[in-house]
Amino acid sequence: MKTLNIIVKGLSLFIIINLLFAILQPEIGRLSAYNIIFPGRERLPFGENSAKAYNLSLFDLDAMFASHRINGGQKQADEFRVILIGDSSVWGTLLKPEETLAGQLNSANISACGKNVTVYNLGYPTISLTKDLLLLSHAIKYQPDMIIWLTTLEALPLEKQIASPLVANNQESLLRLANSSGLKVDPNDPAFSRDSFWGSTIIGKQRALADVIRLQFYGVLWAATGIDQIYPSDFTKAQTNFEVDRKFHQFEPPVLDENSLAINALETGMDLAGDTPIIIVNEPILISDGKNSDIRYNFFYPRWAYDQYRALMVEQSKNNNWDYVDLWDAVPANEFTNSAIHLTPRGETQLAGKITPVITTVCK
Amino acid sequence: MTIIQILIVAAAALFWGLVMRERGRSYFLLIASVIVIFWLQPSLPLRGFDFWIPTATLIVAVFSWYISASEESRREKKNWGTISILAGMILFINLTRFLPFDSIITRSRPPQTVFLLMVLALSGLLFFFITRLKHFNPALLSIGIIGLIAVFLALKVPALAYWVSYGIRSLTNQSLHEAASTDLRWLGFSYIAFRIIHTLRDHQMGRLPVVDLAEYVTYIIFFPAFTAGPIDRIERFIKDLRKPSTLGNDELLIAGQRFMMGLFKKFVVADALALIALNDTNALQIRSTGWMWILLYAYAFQIYFDFSGYTDIAIGMSRLLGIQLPENFSAPYQKPNLTQFWNNWHITLTQWFRAYFFNPVTRWLRSWKKTLPAPVMIALTQIATMLLIGFWHGVTWNFALWGLWHGVGLFIHNRWSDMTKVRAAAWATTPSRKNLLNVSGIIITFNFVALGWIFFALSSTSTSMQVFLKLFGLR
Repeated sequence: MKTLNIIVKGLSLFIIINLLFAILQPEIGRLSAYNIIFPGRERLPFGENSAKAYNLSLFDLDAMFASHRINGGQKQADEFRVILIGDSSVWGTLLKPEETLAGQLNSANISACGKNVTVYNLGYPTISLTKDLLLLSHAIKYQPDMIIWLTTLEALPLEKQIASPLVANNQESLLRLANSSGLKVDPNDPAFSRDSFWGSTIIGKQRALADVIRLQFYGVLWAATGIDQIYPSDFTKAQTNFEVDRKFHQFEPPVLDENSLAINALETGMDLAGDTPIIIVNEPILISDGKNSDIRYNFFYPRWAYDQYRALMVEQSKNNNWDYVDLWDAVPANEFTNSAIHLTPRGETQLAGKITPVITTVCK
Repeated sequence: MTIIQILIVAAAALFWGLVMRERGRSYFLLIASVIVIFWLQPSLPLRGFDFWIPTATLIVAVFSWYISASEESRREKKNWGTISILAGMILFINLTRFLPFDSIITRSRPPQTVFLLMVLALSGLLFFFITRLKHFNPALLSIGIIGLIAVFLALKVPALAYWVSYGIRSLTNQSLHEAASTDLRWLGFSYIAFRIIHTLRDHQMGRLPVVDLAEYVTYIIFFPAFTAGPIDRIERFIKDLRKPSTLGNDELLIAGQRFMMGLFKKFVVADALALIALNDTNALQIRSTGWMWILLYAYAFQIYFDFSGYTDIAIGMSRLLGIQLPENFSAPYQKPNLTQFWNNWHITLTQWFRAYFFNPVTRWLRSWKKTLPAPVMIALTQIATMLLIGFWHGVTWNFALWGLWHGVGLFIHNRWSDMTKVRAAAWATTPSRKNLLNVSGIIITFNFVALGWIFFALSSTSTSMQVFLKLFGLR
């Protein structure tokens, strides 16, 4: 009887705690050892081989931001806070934190509006404007003085918007954002991963909870080593020779259909920022001179589509009064690493050189 | 073992303990253990070896019984019944190769049945021949022990393991350039070897109790303790096996608590600590002395919770089946000196080495005409024992250094304790002084053990040295 009693009590308690968890939905991700026991991370957590990168990909935005150094304390009076958002090129694939664009801008010790510029890397791998917007909606709480949004054509196709796992697993946050802004989102998009009631219990969320806990543990190794991704000694260089392929996603030449691009996400970003200036930067791409480079600039883009995109961005910026900087050809082809958008440390220095005046002249 | 495998095995044990109780327990344990050793054997690059290795385990176990059992026992007909069960089980598992889906017991499709039948027939003939022997040469026991040690070396010495793999690949027409020292992972072999050597030595000494074949094989491959011990003694094991199993409420509660505690230690604490514990990858990446100590301590606790967690799981699971396995850990990190640490860390392994190596070697050294000075004898026996325990984990320089570290540590403690015990007793006259002595002993011992784990955690001597330098701020 004693054993049965214990089993019944244990099971009852287990069920009650699970139900309470599902009903109350506590924001566990906000509890973080980062910025308290361990230094905050220089970039948002992302990693496919946690054991070697001391980092992991998770979808809890609260936990992701709580682990970032931007969550480290109150903004100082003399701080001019700049946040960078964008894809893996901003996050810094294959780059150490100090070699990324944010790292290089910080080491330049620049000032703007009479204050010291501190740049926060809020880039995140996967290319999607909606993913950037989701991160921006969280980042805005950290009182930025300036937002630099680096993007590229690959982030615009509508089909790419929810394909990012971070977006697909944050349906609620995105729908909240859509309701409070003009963002167009189909709530029934099958790409969304939806939680049922049972999926909201501790059992249903065991993977997400385990990820949050693992992220805290990896804080030890982040603090001990300063490593947050794998740096392979060798990698495959970005493709420079191409087949005769003129397609860009579902787009066929000669017209890049504006209606199939998420221009609306950029508009929403502008609204979301309110009075905070946003600078949209068309990020550098690899301009190949290899086989069939008269047809394609690189793996991502046929020339016709990319040229039309650049013209479209200039037109949109003029019409909407956006601050837009086109740096598409700012970095030579030999300063790209394993992708047509990933830069070497020297490539990042060159890019930082182009972006510095944008920051320092913002008050002029 | 994965948590799923553990839960399935525990569920089977619980079912038997609650529902079947005493009915056919010994056969259940034998059959379940046979299935489990096939099921847990990981897949190997050598074709069919995830089937042949458990088969070999059973043949070795049966052979060991034949050479260690008394003549009357060997001739008992019931043992042929056990042999039939074992052969039938092996054949049954082999026949799963004809199922239309992937094998449910072995990792890969079992090999051709005709080969198995040949192996079983040859083994049967061998056993029959041994049964008929009137004059049994006791040298066979020594040959058996040497054979086990030889297999152990073939598995644990990387160069030998490579050549064994190469040889097997040549014989079976498999790719030779893919031969590797890691090809032969014989699940549980170390523990099987310990148990068999214990029975063969005890037989030589005339201490082995009379056991039938079913009891013997069950003891050797008892599934809760198959992969990670504890190393039980056969006389204690069969006492429980022969005793009626009464799984009452209290026993169920104790077993359940122990099992759950084991799961928590292994899959929550140890696995979490494993994320941050010292390893080959992070050892050279750590930037500061402080973090290096933290990672080393994380490793020290990870290995303790991992191993003692598995032990708790094995003890809890076996209690459901009416077998009370011996304890393997008793708060080892809270011991005030290295000798006590080793009396409480992996207790059954230490006891095994004490019984079958340390004591015999000490007796042998004492029997010399020109007796060695006591300190020399202590140094020799302790260092040799710890070196052997190191080599049991793997025949590498780092395991040798780990063994040497502890052997020298035990010797130093022995001498220090001898020199200071009178003065220490005279000084520690108040409870606070006794406490101070005890706590400082615990701190020193724990840190000595933790530093020793560097050799255990890392695979290279040079990396281990770099870690030592970093820990003391010299790099």
